[in-house]
Amino acid sequence: MTTRREFLKIAGKGIIILYTVDFSELMAQRTFQMRGYPTDFNSYLRVGEDGRVTLFTGKIEMGQGVFTSLPQMLAEELDVPITSIDPVLGDTDLCPWDMGTFGSMSTRFFGPPMRQAAAEARAVLLDLGSERLGVPLEALGTRDGSVHVVDEPSTAVTYADLVQGRRIERTVDGDVAIKPWAEHRVSGKPMYRLDAVQKVTGRAEYTADVRLPGMLYAKVLRPPAHGSRLVSVDVSGAESVEGALVVRDGDLVAVLHELPDVAEEARTLIRAEWETPATGPGSDNIFEHLRANVPEARVVTEGGSLDAGRAEAVTSVDATYHAHYVAHAPMEPHAAVVHIEGDHTTVWASTQTPFPVRRMVAQTLDCPEENVRVITPFVGGGFGGKASNPQIPEAVRLAGITGRPVSLSWTRQEEFFYDGFRPATIVDVSAGVGSDKRVAFWDYANMHGGNRSSDPVYHFPNHRVTSAGGWGGRGPGFHPLAVGAWRGPGANVNHFAMESHMDLLAQAAGMNPLEFRLANLTDERMRRVLERAAEMFGRDWAPAPSGRGYGLALGTDAGTFVATMAEVTVDEARGRVQVERIVCVQDMGEIVNPEGAKIQMEGCLTMGLGYTFTEEIRFDKGAIANENFDSYQLPEFSWLPEIEVDIIDNPELGPQGGGEPAITTVGAVIANAIHDAAGVRMYELPMTPGRVRRAIEAG
Amino acid sequence: ESTEIDVDPSRKLLWVLRTELGLTGTKYGCGERECGACTVLVDGRRIFSCDTRMSAVIDREVTTVEGLATGDVLHPVQKAFAEHDALQCGFCTPGLIMGAVSLLERNPEPSVDEIKEGLQRHLCRCGTHVRVIQAVQAAAQEIQEGVR
Repeated sequence: MTTRREFLKIAGKGIIILYTVDFSELMAQRTFQMRGYPTDFNSYLRVGEDGRVTLFTGKIEMGQGVFTSLPQMLAEELDVPITSIDPVLGDTDLCPWDMGTFGSMSTRFFGPPMRQAAAEARAVLLDLGSERLGVPLEALGTRDGSVHVVDEPSTAVTYADLVQGRRIERTVDGDVAIKPWAEHRVSGKPMYRLDAVQKVTGRAEYTADVRLPGMLYAKVLRPPAHGSRLVSVDVSGAESVEGALVVRDGDLVAVLHELPDVAEEARTLIRAEWETPATGPGSDNIFEHLRANVPEARVVTEGGSLDAGRAEAVTSVDATYHAHYVAHAPMEPHAAVVHIEGDHTTVWASTQTPFPVRRMVAQTLDCPEENVRVITPFVGGGFGGKASNPQIPEAVRLAGITGRPVSLSWTRQEEFFYDGFRPATIVDVSAGVGSDKRVAFWDYANMHGGNRSSDPVYHFPNHRVTSAGGWGGRGPGFHPLAVGAWRGPGANVNHFAMESHMDLLAQAAGMNPLEFRLANLTDERMRRVLERAAEMFGRDWAPAPSGRGYGLALGTDAGTFVATMAEVTVDEARGRVQVERIVCVQDMGEIVNPEGAKIQMEGCLTMGLGYTFTEEIRFDKGAIANENFDSYQLPEFSWLPEIEVDIIDNPELGPQGGGEPAITTVGAVIANAIHDAAGVRMYELPMTPGRVRRAIEAG
Repeated sequence: ESTEIDVDPSRKLLWVLRTELGLTGTKYGCGERECGACTVLVDGRRIFSCDTRMSAVIDREVTTVEGLATGDVLHPVQKAFAEHDALQCGFCTPGLIMGAVSLLERNPEPSVDEIKEGLQRHLCRCGTHVRVIQAVQAAAQEIQEGVR
């Protein structure tokens, strides 16, 4: 780990503010290991001698917009033009340690301490300004990168002048007051992305775009199924390709070439014989397998008495919900470029976790972490999938063996094969309503999917929620495929089960979905979100199925509350569902970049249509049948409904998560809308045309 | 800009652009005409460069995303994508922009449905579709105003 002293050496002159981002609240809920987590400081910013402000953070930009939203918060607090801020992201030599970018927490957890650091820097600048101008602090203000006299704005001195030749270091102690949100002029206002021009001109650099002199592109021999054993291999075909270099190092067989397409071609000439697993579950019996292999459940939340609730209930409904494995499928496949020069290794990686990647590289090379620099160019989508980086050790080994810089990018087929999928999940729900039309008991068990967002937002006096296993569990006997965090991990399936079941209970109570939810909802924040959504949706609700195709679902995720309403039409003969309209309202606390937040919501709602309708990994005995987008269908332009989103400003709460919440309600809202349209209840994700048609045929 | 290169005519245009010519704006997303990330224009018509052999582009004009702007002045489609935030991770963006340029050349005033149809073969995992449609509409308007 880089020491404080080493950091300060790198930082150069200027005002340097060190601060700590406290993830402890989040960590308590997670399984990540926290070895080497610094307590001293883990982020810093610098006001340089040229007046430019550099923000150093181990966070990375993968589309979620931190390249814009963090500078925006900084510009606000420090009173500098946003154009004078240079974000340096995900470079392990320049940025302090960071565990990674995921869980909708960049703005939520990183924002407040960064803002505190900016307030500290501003206080230092005001002190310097007071001294320079000979004016007491109370008479001074800051604006556009200058300290000025409030009553005489022409008397001013720029930050650059004040910083000139100085070296001032502070550690945030939290004593300096930050600006009240009511005074915000930049933060909280619409703002276009700072990376837009690079991205529309093709200049934005991604890992696979990095080219180094003498670099070779590597393609690794892949097994036909997970759990396969290499019996024999004949590489003579690949070796006969001009310029191809074949490497065999234990289990690693690869062909390298100066041209990526030629390397790929040469790989197809390798003849390998594999022993594939003779047994193992497949997509068609995965739920039986998972039902028979459940780890110990733990209680997420419980209250009241289920027995008392069951006695009170006049109607009970039991149901089981299923969800299949889902791929992350970022448009940019995993990639790494490795350059070993003597003791020092530089790695460019398409990753959500540059610091864990650094450790991985050091372990592969058996060298100290200080000898490794990981640089994270723009990342072409992650969604949780690039927190897993199996391409790294392969690329490092190949660079070590060949003595040349190596670029290793997965093909689309490899991307599907090596993904850590959203886990297949089973949820059992048993619940009932009393004569007062309230939920009398709620007994909920998630198996293998994860507990996130499973704590009901409703007021259920008698409830128990349990969770067994999840997306972190890779132990034998549980998931047969690698699993991982997928945008809104656990929450998508939990909301699908919870909100489908709420509709079933509403039906049992003879109420419409909206009034039933309101009858069970005491949380004022959620009620406000729901009421706003209902107002925007502008339809009268009737008990389902009404034949009109309206659906409703609520959710809580990453501190954000969300209500989604949808209108669908169902082609009953074909089982095809067209979403005509989606309305989504969110209370995400303080909004830093409203436009960015709305775009995240729209993106969530659009992406969510995929896991709702088509996305499903088909596999058998370790072999993955999905090799490309023809057999794994992502949402397309033609699927696009009218999307209307709104955000309720709740600035006292501070910023909450924005990159995930809206996607977590999509499966549920569509399931409920399908039921309202066609009278069939869908219990399995994805709701493919085949499944919808069969449900309709079965009546 | 005209250039002469000596390559195996069976190689795919995508890789020649990215390696021999250093034009890395054009992306690999699937390699099988399924995602549109590799879209470029050949004599003004869009093609999937991942599945186009060099033999098919001999003496033809190939336009990549790098060739759209004039100096610092963005092409109206690029400008509209930036101004309408029609991108997130940005990986599908060059291909989408080339697809949109080609669409507007064929149909200068497309309806929303025509835009959806015209861009149907482009995948965007971040889900920027709403903004892309808005951007294409804005670009269409700007191009039309420039023409008048």
